[in-house]
Formats: sequence, C-alpha cells, structure tokens
Amino acid sequence: MIQGIDYAAIAPPLIVAAAALALLLADAFDAPRRVLGLACGGSLGAALVAVIALAPGDRRATFCVPASLRGGGPRSCSYVTDDFTLLFQGIVLAAALVVVLLSLQEITDAEIPAGEYHFLLLCAVIGALTLVAARDLVLLLVALETLSLPVFALVGLRRYDGRASEAALKLFLVSVVSTAIMLFGISLVYGTTGAMHLDRIAPALDRVPSDLDPVAAVGAVLVLAGFAFKVAAVPFHFWAPDVYNGAPLPVAAFLSVVSKAAGFAGLAIVLALGLPAYGHVWGPVIGVLAALTMTLGNLVALRQRTAIRLLAWSSVAQSGYMLAPLSVGSHRLPEAVAATTAYVALYAVMNLGAFTVVIGFARRGLRGARPHRDTLDGFRGLAHRSPATATALAFFLICLAGLPPGVMGLFAKVVVFRSTVAGGVTWLAVIMAINTVIGLYYYLAWAVRLFTPPVRPFTDPLPGWPVRAALAATAAGAVVLSIAPQIVLQTVSAAT
Amino acid sequence: MMAIPLFGALAMLVPADRFLRTGFAVRAFGTGVSAATLLVAVSAMTAFDFGDTSRTQLQADWAWAPAIGLRFHLGADGISLPLVVLTALLTFLCFLYTLRHPPAGGRIRLLTALLLVLEIGLIGTFTALDLVLFFVFFETVLIPMYVVIMLWGGDGRRAAAAKFILYTLLGSGLLLAGMLLVAVNAGTLDMVQLAARHGSGVSRGVQITAFALMAIGFAVKAPMWPLHTWLPDAHTEAPTVGSVLLAGVLLKMGTYGLVRVALPLAPDGAQVWAPWLGLLAVIGIIYGALACLAQRDLKRMIAYSSVGHMGFVLLGIATLTPVGINAALFGNIAHGLITGLLFFLAGAVKDRWGTTDMDAIGGGMLGTSPRLASVLTFASVASLGLPGLAGFWGEMLAMVGAYRPHADLPRAAFVTFMAVAGIGALLTAGYFLRMLAKITHGTRPAAAAAPGAVVSAQEYAAWVPLIALTLLVGLWPKTLLDVTAAPVRALFGGG
Repeated sequence: MIQGIDYAAIAPPLIVAAAALALLLADAFDAPRRVLGLACGGSLGAALVAVIALAPGDRRATFCVPASLRGGGPRSCSYVTDDFTLLFQGIVLAAALVVVLLSLQEITDAEIPAGEYHFLLLCAVIGALTLVAARDLVLLLVALETLSLPVFALVGLRRYDGRASEAALKLFLVSVVSTAIMLFGISLVYGTTGAMHLDRIAPALDRVPSDLDPVAAVGAVLVLAGFAFKVAAVPFHFWAPDVYNGAPLPVAAFLSVVSKAAGFAGLAIVLALGLPAYGHVWGPVIGVLAALTMTLGNLVALRQRTAIRLLAWSSVAQSGYMLAPLSVGSHRLPEAVAATTAYVALYAVMNLGAFTVVIGFARRGLRGARPHRDTLDGFRGLAHRSPATATALAFFLICLAGLPPGVMGLFAKVVVFRSTVAGGVTWLAVIMAINTVIGLYYYLAWAVRLFTPPVRPFTDPLPGWPVRAALAATAAGAVVLSIAPQIVLQTVSAAT
Repeated sequence: MMAIPLFGALAMLVPADRFLRTGFAVRAFGTGVSAATLLVAVSAMTAFDFGDTSRTQLQADWAWAPAIGLRFHLGADGISLPLVVLTALLTFLCFLYTLRHPPAGGRIRLLTALLLVLEIGLIGTFTALDLVLFFVFFETVLIPMYVVIMLWGGDGRRAAAAKFILYTLLGSGLLLAGMLLVAVNAGTLDMVQLAARHGSGVSRGVQITAFALMAIGFAVKAPMWPLHTWLPDAHTEAPTVGSVLLAGVLLKMGTYGLVRVALPLAPDGAQVWAPWLGLLAVIGIIYGALACLAQRDLKRMIAYSSVGHMGFVLLGIATLTPVGINAALFGNIAHGLITGLLFFLAGAVKDRWGTTDMDAIGGGMLGTSPRLASVLTFASVASLGLPGLAGFWGEMLAMVGAYRPHADLPRAAFVTFMAVAGIGALLTAGYFLRMLAKITHGTRPAAAAAPGAVVSAQEYAAWVPLIALTLLVGLWPKTLLDVTAAPVRALFGGG
C-alpha cells in the first residue's frame, strides 16, 4: 500500500537530516572546520525558517493510518505539525543554533573532531524535532532514542579525558534503564488498550475493564520514566551533574536546554493526549516527583563550588518547577501544559545565557586541564574586567531566581504557581515557594561574586565572536522578554 | 507618576563621562527627579476627589498579558493615597539628605538609580490593582534594597543583606501562592472586583488556607513576631537612606497588603486567623519593647521599636473593625514619619560621633549639639505616643478597636490583648526615656571626641517636613482619618 507523505510537514527534520549527511560527507573530504560549523548553523537556521513558514498554516498531519484500516476510529496520525509542535520545534532549533555558536571555539580548543561533532549534534536535533511532533508511542520512543544515542557519543568525544568517558557511560546506563522501564510501560498500555496511537489510547483507557485497571495504571506511570530521565527528574537525575561536568560545555548546554525541552514536550504530549483518563494516578506521582526534584536539586546546588555543577543541579531543580503544573492530573490540564511550555521557553533563554557566559570564561582550552576559572570564586571580579558580561550573567541568574528586574523569570514562576494552585495542588505551591528561596540564595551568592574584587587578575583573552554573538542574542532575548513577557505567554496559550 | 523615576533610573545608565560627571551633579539629578515625582504625587492628591475616597480614582488600565488575564491596572483610593505621598516625600527627603551627606562607599550613580527603582516598586505596590502586578512591584523592591544594604551597609552587611532578601522572598513566595489560590477560585485577578465581592464565590476552606499564606507573606514584611528577625540586622547595617526607606515605607507594604489584599480577598479566613494575628501582634509589642530596653545601639533600638509599633498596627488590623483598620492605617503613616525622622537622626548621630553605640556616645548631647538633641527628643517623644503627636492616635485607636472587636471575634481575648498592649506602650515610653537620659542628658564624658559640625541646611530640610507633618496629623488627626475612613467602611461592605 502506498501512502502519501506531507513533505511540508516534515520539512524541519528533513532539512536537518540532509544537512547531517552532507556534513558527514564533507568531513570525509576534509572540509575546513569553520565551514562545517557554519553549514551546521546554516542548516538549523534553514529549518527554523521552515518552522516559521509553517506557523501561519493549518495543522498538518502525516503518516496516518490508512482509511481502510481505521475501522471507524480517529485518523491516528503518527506525525502531526500543529502549533504546539511548531512552538517546540522553534525553541529546539533556536537553542540548538546558540549551542552551535558556542561550540565553534570549543571544538578547536578541546580537539574534538569537528565533522563527527556536528553530525551527532544534528542527529540529536532530528530526534528532538521528531519527538515533539510524534503522536504515537512507537515514534515517541524512536525519537527519544534518536535524541539520546548521539548524545552519548557527544559527551564522550573528548576521548583523552577520563571524566568524559565516565560521564558518557553513566549517561548511557541511566538512559538504557529508563528506556527499558518505559518500554515495559508501553507494552502494558498496549496490552490493555490494543493501540499505539495516542488518540486511540485515550478513549480506550476511558473504558478499561476493571480487572485491567491496575495494569493500565502501572503502565501509565512507567511510561513516564523515559521522560523523567530526559528532564533529569528524581530518581533519574543523578547523571546530570557528572555528565555536565565531564561533557564539552556546549553539549552540557544542549542537554540542559534542547534535550530537556524535547523531554517536556514529549511528556506533555503523552499525558495530555494519551493518558488523561489516568490523571488521578500520574498526577500525584508527578507532584511527588516534582517536589523531590526541586528540593533535592536546590539543596545540593547550595553546596556546589563550581559553576558547571551548580548549573547542573540548578537545572535539576528547575525541572522540578516545570514538572509541577503537570501534577494537576486531568483537572485543568491544558492550562497546566501551557504553564509548563511557557516555563520551558523562558528557561531556555535564561539558562542558555548563563551557559554562554560560563563557556566564554571557562574556555581555557589547554588539553584536559579544566581550569580553576570554573570555580565560582573564579568569577570574582568579572564586573571589573568586562562589565557587560558580568551584568548579563547577573541578569540571567536573577531571571533564573525569578526576581525583578528579571521579570521574565518572575512571570515564568507566576504562571507555574498559578496553574499548580488552579489544579488544587496547593501543598506543592508551598514547597515551591520555599524552594524559590533556596534557589535565590545560590544564584545570588554567585551574582554577588561577580562584583567583588578578583582574587587574581584576569589574563585570559576575550572569547571569540561566536560566543559574543550568542551572548548578545540571549541577553537581548532576556531583556525583551523581561519587558514584554506576554510575547511568550500569548503564543503559548494560543498554541496549547 | 512612576514614569519619572523610571526615566531617572534609565538616565543613570548613560556612561559617566557623557552625562552628569560629578557625584554632586548625580545627586542633584536624583533630587530633581524625586522632587518631580513628589510634585506629581501632590498634584495627584489635589486632583483626588476627597468627597468620595472609597472609589478608586486616577485609574490607568491596560491589558498586559490577556492570556493569563493580567492587566496593567493602577489607581489610588483613600487607603493608598497617603502612602503614595509618604513614599514620594521620604524618597525626596532621602535624596535631599544625600545631597550633602553621601553614604560612604561611593558609586553614587548606582545608588541614585537603585533608590529610584525602589521608589517605582513602592509606588507601584501601593497603586497596583491587579494581583500579579501587585506582586511584581512587591518583588521589585527586593533587589535594589539588597544591593543598597550590600554595598553601602555597615560591617555585618553581607549577612544582613542575605537575611533580608531570603526572609522576604520566602514571604513573597507564600504570598504568591495565597493570592493565586483566591484568584483562580474567584476567576479574576482584579483587586477592585475581588474586593467588591467580599469573598463570595470562594469556599471557606480555601479562604482559610489563602489567608494563612498571605498573612505569613505580609507578616514577614511587616514584620510580625516571630518573623521579624531580619529587621534589626537590616536596619542596623543599612545606610541612613536605606534605613529610612526600609522603616518608613517598606514595612508598610506588609500592613498595606494585609488591608488591601488579604482582608478583602479572604474575609472568612481573616475571621479565623484574627485572634492569632492579634496574639502575635501583642507579643510583638511586648517583645519589641523588652528588646529595646536591652539595646545599646541606637539604630538597633529604633529597629526593635519598629517591631513594637508595627505590632500596634497589626493589632488594629486583627480587630477587623473600621476603628481598628483606621488605626492601623493611621499608625502606618505616623510610624513612617516618626521612624523616618528617627533614622535620619541616627544617621546624623553616626556622622558626628562615628558610632551609634549609646554608651560610646555618652551623655550631654543637649549641651554639645542642642539642636540635634532637641529634634531627637521630639522624635522620641512622638514615637512613644505623646498625645498631640502623630504616634498617639494610631496606638490609642488600635487599643480602642481591640476593646470592641468585630462581633464574631472572642472579645475577652482582645480585651486582654488591649491590656497587654497598654503595658507595651508603657515599656515603649520606658526605653525611649532611657535612651534620652543616656545620650541627651547628663554630662558629657571628658574623653569623648568633640562632636562634629552644626546641623546642615540639608539636614534641616530633611527633618522639618517630617516634624511638621508629625505635628499636623497629631493635632488634627481628622485630616488623615477622613481620607481613610470611607474606603475602610467600604471594605466591610458598608457605605
């Protein structure tokens, strides 16, 4: 049987895939590094343009179940391009573009093979793009793995560094375990409903026979595991600090923003489209996970002395905030999804910004020697050396803490609080309030260091233009969104 | 009204060598900007229709983020207008004072910008009529104040600043949860609408939880015992202008929030918690007074006296009667004027003696610098509640309110509170008189360094308006009570 494919709908991942192959080939013919990097960035830009071009259009769907096999059920398409998908694809591509900018210098400094690096990065982006568009469990799983597998390699690309290998192995093991759990969950859900497409699972779960009810409930909870790993939620969080520390820094940025955004998109898709019937089961589970994640992340972040580990633990904590709205279960779920999405979008800007500054100043490219500049005290006196950078970092940190003048972060917190409270999970909102304070302490402690006199003078060169461009872009984004947070809030509520 | 400080703060971003090169020019600029704001505030006061104070006037209302029902909605009524004017006045006086006495630590450009941002946040808080907007302004105040304490503070500033911001942020986190709890249940963020409903449409259980959350949030700010511990440190370490604004206006955000947000949004919750609020308030009064008796440091003593005075304000609110709330609002303004003055004086003392330790200052200030000492005496006497001065009415009305609390509240408990508060007032008199006895009277220790210059024109300029207003509202309390009475009645559903 022949199926028509809507190529416009799958244009963004297609462009990136073509570019990935071309890059791999070009590398084989010894194309210069710089060209590879620009081509990589260019392809992401092209995909972003495709996403923007698709945005005004209608909802597109492809890879549907043919009419002859539908049997009166819904259309059941595997790949859907709606506003939600496009929004997340936009976030993923824009963030990936910044990551590529950040990588250019790091590749040279850390002697990473450029061709492989860009190829793997683009492959992971393909996974993320597909994940946010997938509407059946198989495609979701495949996309999730497409996102994960290249990242193992990316993390381990600095082969001379023992920590990188350890990080890659750790990431791999946790990932495999969580995927196995998720697969088990999928098989249980499939067993009870006989369907893989989310739009078929949802009605089927509404009329599960009572003896299969526990099976379906267990299945629903286990399916979450795969995504819990991606977003680094407790108990699948402990890869994060070591991996962030061991991986090349741009890869850490990729993990904390792109991969996390895709994970949340997948989680929202599965929960909102496939499993709303079991909201009373997974709602409380997510609530507890969110509370544990934010508390643990924040408490451990308090004790960190290096910038990158602090960012790692704080991004674990931030995952907790993003999970919180989803704990409402099926009660006012669309609002909760909108809140999570808004938080993810805003978080992407501020966290990438913080990573940019850290990369710009931790990059002291000598082989293997991760410099002490990495420690928080190494940031002392940054304000005297380059006031603009220090101000930008302080601004990002305050945004992450969620205080004015970082209005963006404040609004991210407000929407999350609002939908959590609206869903009747007030206890979680209280825990979140306490966690905000803990978070503020370490963000502020770091921000204050920027303005204290340096321990020793800075002698390092300024970062190159790509990092500065990335910094300018993220800072501009943060300022604009702080003045007009409604840009994100409106888009999000229109899309979900 | 807020645009002016905003432009002023933005102007401070212009590099130093292009605009306002000297520190003095920057300070003069700050003074000018805040004077303009004060003018606008005063003209707002003249434009205000005092015949109808319960109606929200001078409104501005734009949609901001319709997706979450957020509007940029500002306006003033009889409850907020006095506080707005107080804010503008105190900020202006602070700049005037800084003109001659810049705090040690330099970076005057940054200080000017921060103080202006602080003013934006304060005025915004007092005029916001949308819950989320209120919260945004409420939070805006934190970072500037933190930096002010951090950069221009005393020796223990780091710990004090951290304590200040962590405590208050904890409060505001809970506050946000409480406000949103009511808002999503009632389906609107607009404070005018919510207040008009008097809590109908929100279940009792939700109101009780929400009021508890909001009350903790505001109580941290107010501060109420036992959540006050950030206050003495922050006050002691902050520079003079920081202390003045902190005591004069920042604390009012807590009590204003209780009256403006917590009471109307969750009246049922308020009735449940009011006795506890009253209990904590009187503990605060007694505790503040006893702590004052034990202080050696002038600034610290004034800080603890704030805990006591805010206790009276909270007691007034806890009675849930128009008399009590009026007393609270009155006490707010009076405390802002008097304590603002006291902190200015403490700053002046510190400038001259280099310390605020009362033993080190020794006695005989009346002999060595008579003018400073007499103003200090005046402020202390006003603060201990001498009839005829501003401090008296707030305390007395609060006690009157406690004698006849809201019908649904346990009267016996409140009468006890009243009696205890009376003892507290006595203790207040005790420690202020002790302070005066210690430093203004007596003989000057021979070893003490010669006190510094005479009182400067700028200091007079900063003090005189406060003294005059203290006398004015003390002698004619009706001027203020008339403004607040009608909206307070409206708060309770009356005409």
